[in-house]
Amino acid sequence: MTNVFATFNDEHSLLAAARSAREEDLVIVDAYTPYPVHGLEAAMGIRRSRLTYACFLFGAAGLIGGLGFQLWVFMVNWPMNVGGKSLNALPALIPVAFETAILFAALGTVVTFFAVARLFPGKRASLAAEGITDSQFVLAVESDDGERAKEFFEDQGAVKVEMEEIS
Amino acid sequence: MSDTEYTFITTREAGYQEPVYSELRQPLIAGDKHPCDVTKDVCAPLEGKPTGAWYAGFLCAFSALMVGVLLVVHQIWTGIGTWGLNKTVGWGWAITNFVFWVGIGHAGTLISAILFLFRQKWRTSVNRTAEAMTIFAVMCAGIFPLIHMGRPWLAYWVFPYPNMRGPLWVNFRSPLLWDVFAISTYFLVSLTFWYFGLIPDLATLRDRARGLRKKIYGFFSLGWNGSFRTWSRYEIVYLLLAGLATPLVFSVHTIVSFDFATSVIPGWHSTIFPPYFVCGAIFSGMSLVVSLMIIARKVMRFEDYITVRHLDAMARLILLTSCIVSLAYMTEIFTAWYSVNPFEQFIFANRAFGPYGWAFAIMMTCNVLIPQLLWFKKARTTPMLLFPITVFVNIGMWYERFVIISSSLHRDFLPSSWSYYSASWVEVGILLGSFGLFFTCFFLFCRFLPMIAMAEVKGVLGYGKKSSE
Repeated sequence: MTNVFATFNDEHSLLAAARSAREEDLVIVDAYTPYPVHGLEAAMGIRRSRLTYACFLFGAAGLIGGLGFQLWVFMVNWPMNVGGKSLNALPALIPVAFETAILFAALGTVVTFFAVARLFPGKRASLAAEGITDSQFVLAVESDDGERAKEFFEDQGAVKVEMEEIS
Repeated sequence: MSDTEYTFITTREAGYQEPVYSELRQPLIAGDKHPCDVTKDVCAPLEGKPTGAWYAGFLCAFSALMVGVLLVVHQIWTGIGTWGLNKTVGWGWAITNFVFWVGIGHAGTLISAILFLFRQKWRTSVNRTAEAMTIFAVMCAGIFPLIHMGRPWLAYWVFPYPNMRGPLWVNFRSPLLWDVFAISTYFLVSLTFWYFGLIPDLATLRDRARGLRKKIYGFFSLGWNGSFRTWSRYEIVYLLLAGLATPLVFSVHTIVSFDFATSVIPGWHSTIFPPYFVCGAIFSGMSLVVSLMIIARKVMRFEDYITVRHLDAMARLILLTSCIVSLAYMTEIFTAWYSVNPFEQFIFANRAFGPYGWAFAIMMTCNVLIPQLLWFKKARTTPMLLFPITVFVNIGMWYERFVIISSSLHRDFLPSSWSYYSASWVEVGILLGSFGLFFTCFFLFCRFLPMIAMAEVKGVLGYGKKSSE
């Protein structure tokens, strides 16, 4: 097997190459782009991320945690009679519960994203080609026949094609 | 991502879809830029030596900050008596400054989150700087309640933590505690949102830098390599953060307004306060963004990125929020008259014609009258005209908070305790110090981080251009 990295100068060529590559039965491993290229998800066959569910769960945990803690404080641990209002009167507890829900959802989602995308402080970046964070677009595919894939990408307008043997 | 932005047509021969842009749309970025031009232009101010103007600006800001630090030390050493507060007016400039700075912070989230949800792609040129302003402004805001405590080393008492004082917790039913939660959540979420947006740009800086700079940018760019699988998740998280920040920004100034609205002081006890405060916050924040952008685009040569069109769009938002704030003023006065409540009527008559009438006049002139100039296209698109208008708006919005706080308090229910509050030199110096902190942070930001979100701008370069392929 060979890893083939094809470099393109613009997003249109990358998109076209990605779409044709799937028709050619080349397995797209990943693409490397300076900005999110819209339409590439479909071309690469990436499913929608499930991080939205994580976000909901963190938000729900924050809401229940924030509200539950306040109720525990006022009903169990530190009951205070304020003007004869019932101890579990909810309206005054909403702001804090709302804020904890937002805080947990936001921080939890970002931390989950870092974990899933394996990003952490000090990690060494492995760049597929130079200039990816500037203006170059790279498509990485796996192929049995590296030479054929190279020819294919050169036809598609790749400015550079690099190959790397893998077992 | 947004199918609403352009229509897809299927080119059967080519077998793939290509976006077709309307010719009616104007390009967002002038000068026919290529992505590598964006990198070069935005990184240029970070990679050369700082200019003389930068040093001059930084030194001014840092001196102001030092004046503030000295006066805060003096105030804490001596006591709150160094301020002009008295028994009747217990909240003065400190709370005015607090609300003012929190308000300034709201524009950043408006631009980064709300305009993102509304698919306003022009935001990409200004969102990074506006978000940075949010963070610095919230830091400035946080200082005032802290130093007003008198014993700031006990500030951690505002957080609920297990303690040995028997069952004892903070009062979760108090609006002041809601403030603690709202402001700290706002700060943390804004910081996360800002840093999250910075990661791809930090990677760009890392790949251009050498030596120590490369190490530092490398550490914070988390090994970002532009992988599209990561980009795909990144965009979802960005959308989620925008969705979370939007209700958050409304809740924060709503809760700040509850500090006043849940009390029984005439002039404060009003259901109109939350929307009125949120709008005022966006009004003042947007004005400061425009003021700073007008300077930055000139000094850092970003005229192609922050075009007159961007200024026009922001000026329209300022005009809209000015009209809403004006409506709120009128509604308050109308309600006071219509309620036939003598206390409400007295407070509003006193506000306009009493000892603080001069402050009320400044507020009305700066917030209601001057922004009306923005109905003229010339005022919105000429930086030299727009700049003074936005500065006046910020003066007016500071006075709005001062008027609400001081004029409602200084003549309370017992005429024998009526008084007049004016700030001492210590308070003036501390306000100056807060501006010093804001601009010190801002100058450091301009020097070490990209002021324009490169990855986002590169994504909208084709926007408004007729696709040539």
